[in-house]
Amino acid sequence: MLTWLSLLFLALFALAAFLLGRGRALKAAGGASVRLHSLPNYYGAYAALWAGAPAALLLLLGAVFGGRIEEAVLQAERPAAIASLTPDRQDVFFSDARAIAAKESPSEVVYEGDLKTALDAKVEESRKVTATVRYSTIALAALVALIGALLALPRVGLEFRARNRVEGWINGLLIACSVAAVLTTLGIVLSLVWESWRFFQSVSPLSFLFGTEWSPQIAMRADQVASSGAFGAVPLFAGTFLIMLIAMLVAAPVGLYSAIYLSEYADRRVRSIVKPLLEVLAGVPTVVYGFFAALTVGPLFRAGFNAIGEGMAGGPLDGIAQYLMQVQNQMALVAGVVMGIMLIPFVSSLSDDIINAVPQSLRDGSYAMGATKSETVKKVILPAALPGIMAAMLLAVSRAVGETMIVTMAAGLQAKLTANPLDTVTTVTVQIVTLLTGDQEFDSPKTLSAFGLGLTLFVVTLALNIIALRIVQKYREQYD
Amino acid sequence: MTFTHPKAPALVQGHAMPTQNRDASVAAPVIHTAVPQGHGVVESRDFKIRARDVKVFYGEKQALFDVNLDIPAKSVTAFIGPSGCGKSTFLRCINRMNDTIPSARVQGSIEIDGADVNAKSVDPVVLRSRVGMVFQKPNPFPKTIFENVAYGPKIHGLATRKDELEAIVESSLKKAGLWNEVADRLHQPGTGLSGGQQQRLVIARAIAVSPEVILMDEPCSALDPIATAKIEELIDELRSQFCIVIVTHSMAQAARVSQKTAFFHLGKLVESGPTEEMFTNPRDSRTQDYITGRFG
Repeated sequence: MLTWLSLLFLALFALAAFLLGRGRALKAAGGASVRLHSLPNYYGAYAALWAGAPAALLLLLGAVFGGRIEEAVLQAERPAAIASLTPDRQDVFFSDARAIAAKESPSEVVYEGDLKTALDAKVEESRKVTATVRYSTIALAALVALIGALLALPRVGLEFRARNRVEGWINGLLIACSVAAVLTTLGIVLSLVWESWRFFQSVSPLSFLFGTEWSPQIAMRADQVASSGAFGAVPLFAGTFLIMLIAMLVAAPVGLYSAIYLSEYADRRVRSIVKPLLEVLAGVPTVVYGFFAALTVGPLFRAGFNAIGEGMAGGPLDGIAQYLMQVQNQMALVAGVVMGIMLIPFVSSLSDDIINAVPQSLRDGSYAMGATKSETVKKVILPAALPGIMAAMLLAVSRAVGETMIVTMAAGLQAKLTANPLDTVTTVTVQIVTLLTGDQEFDSPKTLSAFGLGLTLFVVTLALNIIALRIVQKYREQYD
Repeated sequence: MTFTHPKAPALVQGHAMPTQNRDASVAAPVIHTAVPQGHGVVESRDFKIRARDVKVFYGEKQALFDVNLDIPAKSVTAFIGPSGCGKSTFLRCINRMNDTIPSARVQGSIEIDGADVNAKSVDPVVLRSRVGMVFQKPNPFPKTIFENVAYGPKIHGLATRKDELEAIVESSLKKAGLWNEVADRLHQPGTGLSGGQQQRLVIARAIAVSPEVILMDEPCSALDPIATAKIEELIDELRSQFCIVIVTHSMAQAARVSQKTAFFHLGKLVESGPTEEMFTNPRDSRTQDYITGRFG
């Protein structure tokens, strides 16, 4: 509340600085703003920025880190009564003290005797510290705002380059935003690496990367069956790859051909209907595809394979027939095909945009040479659009690799190392979900293995992207 | 980039013309007003292209009104006129490039060596292999120089062996006056050449399929004066082998390169005749006004 109020005051102060700066500039120019180096508003903005921005930053920092400072001050001194508690109880004690001071609800621990006295003392101390930190922050901010305004305003004059200065501030803001994005990513990667490091201390990286058995269950009791977990990630990556491959076999040709039809052959009326339809399809949530896969496509495929099996039974391929007859609903093929269908509008829409971006002059050039439509598409348009199409395909691949819902619902959870599309498989993402949902201990290898999987997946997709970029750069056919 | 014909919107005015049966227009008596008389550079029997009553519509708008024009073989014919006058539209009728614009409709007859290009039996793909075209902006394909020139011969199956193809590419580049500049980098991208070189590459690409007619739609408007001079020189050399039709905004260029000139205005062919005559003694006052720079 106090922070918001002081921010409001600061905004008013900045507004005042704006008006002063602008007025000063106009006065220096004798009312003829053309004599100024920059537009009058830039002088105002310059003064307002110096008056407002550093102080606002200070207030924000105070709001974010104020609590930390209070905590540190409060915990610096621990009377004997507190020191006798276990570290856990000490934490509870301090948080209670702060809660009571802030008039919030403390825990239900009852403090008596020495502890009660200590608590009261700490509550009192907490109130003081909080007030000190708050008011000193606000005082400091006010001082900074005042100094900023006093420094900025006298500089405003005819020759002062206010526009360049303000643009410098904006430049800084843009840099800060991009740095924030980069730092966040870096933070995620670092936490991934850190947790994986912890995981790899209990499971060797070699057995993780090259092990062919995945059963992350750790025994609760020593006498349990399968009492040791196995963390071989190969079946998961194989499953991910298998499903991605099936999905791309469906999505790449269908998506690309429909894009070619839409951009080169369809007349304007068809295009104006089909293209928005495709884009609507691209917006269907994946969980909808998931139950479509589990409830419709799965049983359909199973019925089909079972029927084929019955037809072949007793014949020369009886072994295969027997297998087909007992195929279940959940299989890699179903997940892959439905995921492919999900990716069709994605691939098609991206490729269509890319093909449309090929200049019309190239088409004209080709037609004027007596090329047919298909020759033009094959020899001029597709080669020119190839880098873009490759990029679209790789985006589709990364979506396929990252897709979780459809696989969870349609491909099963069993980690099998198989290339058989009729078998159940599981993927990296599905395993991460199953490992981290529900109550988990954060120091067992079972939970930590999710980070190992995440890191490996991250490295794999990163490598894919780098390779793709290289290919695109190498085979880029430039137009214009 | 979506395609809109640059000339289409300008042609708003225009009275509706009665639609004519194509066969009737072919049978109609030849109108001789457009044919050069007396001291012409060309004889009437050397005409390569004969256009009769050509009308073009873009949707509801008529862009070209009853054009009658004979274009001589083995010489350069220039189309001049202000922007939006229909000269490019007419040029694109000759190789049926207007087919690629969904709203365009062409009526009347255009004969090349006596055969109507709009006849049902004519495949535009075959027609365009006989009638090459060079565009305003150089549009080499994003392929190597070699592949650009080899494009036409390959799709039309003109070469069965690699050395034949190489020979065609070399001779085309030589004819286009580009061989000396690119002989050592045939396998580098054509898009890496300068604008003037690109335009000559595109001309080489067009002549690689040995067309009879080459249409050029303002081929020098995107080029600097030196590159323009080279292209004009090239056009003059190619005249001995091809029937060349060039659309140009520069009257000086028309005067320099062409033997015959046709002046278009507001979708109509105002006047045509030997270039020298057109520029020294135009019959129509509108032609006079245009070439003396009073409008356009």
